[in-house]
Order: sequence, then structure tokens, then C-alpha cells
Amino acid sequence: MLRFPCCLLELAKILGDIVRRRTTCLSARMAGAIALTLLVTACGPATLPPGDQVEDQYEERNRAAHELNVSLDRAVLGPSSDAYGSAIPEPVRTGVSNFASNLSQPGYVLNNLLQLRIGDAAQNTARFAINTTIGIGGLFDPATAIGLPAETTDFGETLHIYGFGEGDYIVHPVIGPSTTRDTVGMVVDFALNPLRHYVETPESYVLTASSVASGLGSRYQFDGTIDSILYESADSYAQLRSLYLQQRRFELGGSSDVGVGYEDPYAGDDPAAATADGAADSAAAAADAAANDPYYDPYSDPYFDPYAQ
Amino acid sequence: MPNNLLKFRRRTFLSTALAGAALPLLPRRADALTTAQAQSLVEAAVADVNRVIASGQSQSAMLREFERIFRTYADVPTIARSVLGPPARSASNAQLRSFTDAFQDYFSAKYGRRFREFEGGTIQVQSARPVRSFFEVVSVVTLRGQSPFELNWLVSDGSGRPLFFNLIISGVNLMISERTEIGAMLEARGGSIEALTQHLRTLA
Repeated sequence: MLRFPCCLLELAKILGDIVRRRTTCLSARMAGAIALTLLVTACGPATLPPGDQVEDQYEERNRAAHELNVSLDRAVLGPSSDAYGSAIPEPVRTGVSNFASNLSQPGYVLNNLLQLRIGDAAQNTARFAINTTIGIGGLFDPATAIGLPAETTDFGETLHIYGFGEGDYIVHPVIGPSTTRDTVGMVVDFALNPLRHYVETPESYVLTASSVASGLGSRYQFDGTIDSILYESADSYAQLRSLYLQQRRFELGGSSDVGVGYEDPYAGDDPAAATADGAADSAAAAADAAANDPYYDPYSDPYFDPYAQ
Repeated sequence: MPNNLLKFRRRTFLSTALAGAALPLLPRRADALTTAQAQSLVEAAVADVNRVIASGQSQSAMLREFERIFRTYADVPTIARSVLGPPARSASNAQLRSFTDAFQDYFSAKYGRRFREFEGGTIQVQSARPVRSFFEVVSVVTLRGQSPFELNWLVSDGSGRPLFFNLIISGVNLMISERTEIGAMLEARGGSIEALTQHLRTLA
């Protein structure tokens, strides 16, 4: 289940007010922009669940999809990525992956704007401009070399920033692991992708081919890791689920320097409120802090900080 | 002598109560670990790892080196107990000991085999900070042809000396991943720690 952030209702009310009272002086577009700003600033990102918390109510169906994906990898993806990796020299593979990644930049910029991450939007725009021109259509990546690495993102992250929780773990046939929220994000990203609207059919095959080739390249590059997860774990489904969710939550929380307890100035972070009310409140605050702590482990806490007594 | 017993109890109660009251006033450990010490432990471990990566040794030599590094810098018994999770509480000491041994060999072999992938790469320690009762040391791994990623070491001296007890590899918590793995193995063997230990030995 994808739960709606409760502040969305508040927001709808505010927006309704704005539109009702000021339809004459505010265009619908401006109302939309205001709604977006309110959404991002008022709601804040969803709380990221702790490391090993897993919501998997579709486990049976997911396991079936996982089995299918593993057999597809064994029969098709693994062998073709081996063929691709050994036939194509590394510099060419890097070029293909640069090309494909450059094509996702416009989508990143769009999401950066929706997230009100203007700095990231500027960086990704500059990257796209530099790599498309100096980088010869994106085959090379001079932007990273001059200190403008890709700030990858997607609509799933945009939803997270709007306050949507991840929902359930979902494994799609062929596509692989995702969550309820990220599945919605994937569909929206596909529909919004700026390139899909501007690139006509013959050229669009190049886009598809480059992203397939880039995928093969990644499968080849991370062969050791992927093989060990899919073919050497005791329960590859549980292992992949754990890795996917941890990695995704880390991505959404940013690097641990800034990501630990990602600050939400509108929820439970007011020190005055915490001290004013009694012990019950501070206990709740402690539980809250634990929920925001990526190293907190409710499953076996005494073991997790093994020396705490 | 009920009277004596009563006196004895009263005295025990008093001293226990006093000791209990004084407990929060005492320093938690005589020589508590500092952030700098936690960082220098990881720096030593990283220097060792970097040396092995750069040495270009054979697969089996690297495996032995990794096992030595793991034994030297990690709190293996604590990691093994944590990875086993709740079943560790009901396990006997002997069971835990042999599980710990088997786990150490399994772990060293599993990750030591992958050491090759680090060839040509480096690890750099960036910073350290206290987290609750332990320390987090942040390092950055740079591998050829990949964007750098964060590797965080959780360090504590709870075992009596500073050792790391968990690694967070770009957000992936090694203890959680291994608990998933060991948990699946244990479940497949009907919860028998002996059978699990036996199985781990075959994987090492």
C-alpha cells in the first residue's frame, strides 16, 4: 500500500483556498507552483524505514517473479552480457554507457525541478550541455572530470521528497526489484521522459539500443557481485530484497554525512517541544530518533550495538 | 539463623543499592575510546588493505591476507553473535564458539575471493564521529572505472580493545545482509546451529 502523506490533505485545503480567493490574480500555473513549494517545504520527505525493515505482503508473487528473473539472467542476460563484455573493448563500453547516461540527464533535470533542488537541476543541465557538445554527443564524460558528476534521480525520489513512503517491496518480471512508490515513479518517468517527446522513431531506436547495451555493460562490470547474490546466496530472493531496499533508502537519504536523520524542520525536531512535555514525550522522541537512525536495528537491538548495556 | 540472614540481606541490599546509585557517576570504561583512536584503528586496517590490493598477489595469498586483516581488526565473536541473531541467546557457549570459528572462515573466504575486484583501487579514510556508544569512521573507496563510494566502519572497544564490528558499504549494512544470509541457512536446517556450523565449514 502506498500511503498518502497526511499533509497532502492540508495542502489540498490551502490550495483550494488560494484558487477560490484569487482566481483572478493567480493563474493556474502559479497556483501549481505554489502547491509544489508548499508540498516540498511543508511535508518534507517521507521517513526512511530502518535497514532491515521489510514490507513484503506480495512475497509469494514476488518470489515467482524473482525465479523468472533469475532464470532469464541465467539463460539470456548473463550469457549476452558476457558476449558483449568480451567482444567490445572497455573504452567503447564506457562510451556507450556515457551516451546512455547522458540521455537520462533531461529526465533528471525535470525531476530536480519538481523536487525544488535547483542546484542539482543546474548541475545536471550543465552536464548535459557540456557532455553533449564537448563530450561529442555524450560519448565522453568531461563534466565529471571537471567536477560535475551526475546527480541521478527519478520520479520515485520526487515522490519520496513529497512525503510518500516506499510502500511494499515488489519484484517485476524482467524489470526486477522495486517498491510500490518506485513503480509509480517508473511509470511517470517513462511518460515524462523529455526525449520520448522530441526524438522520432528511427533515432529513438538508437536510444533504446544504447540503454540495452549500457545495461549489458553494467551486468558485465558487476558480474562478480551479481553472480554472488543471485547464484551463491542461501536465499537469493531475501538477499536481493535486503540489498535493494538498503541501497535505495541510502540513495534517497543522500550520503551518510548529510543523510543521517535527514532534518525535517516541521516534524518532531523542535527541541523546545521535546523538553517542555514530560517523560512520555521524550520516550516517543527517542523512538522517533531510533526510526531515523540508519544503524538502529529493532530486530535485535541488544546485538546491534553489542556493547550497550 | 533468621536474624543473621536478615542482617546479611540488609547489608547486601544496601551495598547493591549504593553500587547501583554510584553506577551512573562512574566513567563507563576506564579508558574510553576516543574518536581519534577509532579513526586510527581504521587507518591501520585501510593501510593494510591498500597494501594487499597494490601487491598484486595470487588469489590464495590475498585470501590469507584478508583473513588475517579480518582477525586483526574486527571483533569476530561479536559479529558472529549478531549475525546469528536471537538464536544466539539460546545457544550454548560451545555451540557459539564453533559457530564463530566457522563463520570467520566462511566470511573470510566469501569476501576474500572478491578482493581481486579492488585491484587498482584505493580506500581513503575521511572522518570519524561518535554515534551513541560507538564510532563511525567514514572512508571512500575509489575503484577503476566506477564512481567513488562510501565505506563506513563502526568501531567500538566493547570487546576490551578497539575493533570494528560492522561495515556499511554505500548504505548496505553488512551485518543485516549477513543476518539475512545466515538466517536463511539456519531456517533451511530447521534452526539447528550445529547443522548451520557444519554447512558454513563446507563453504569456507
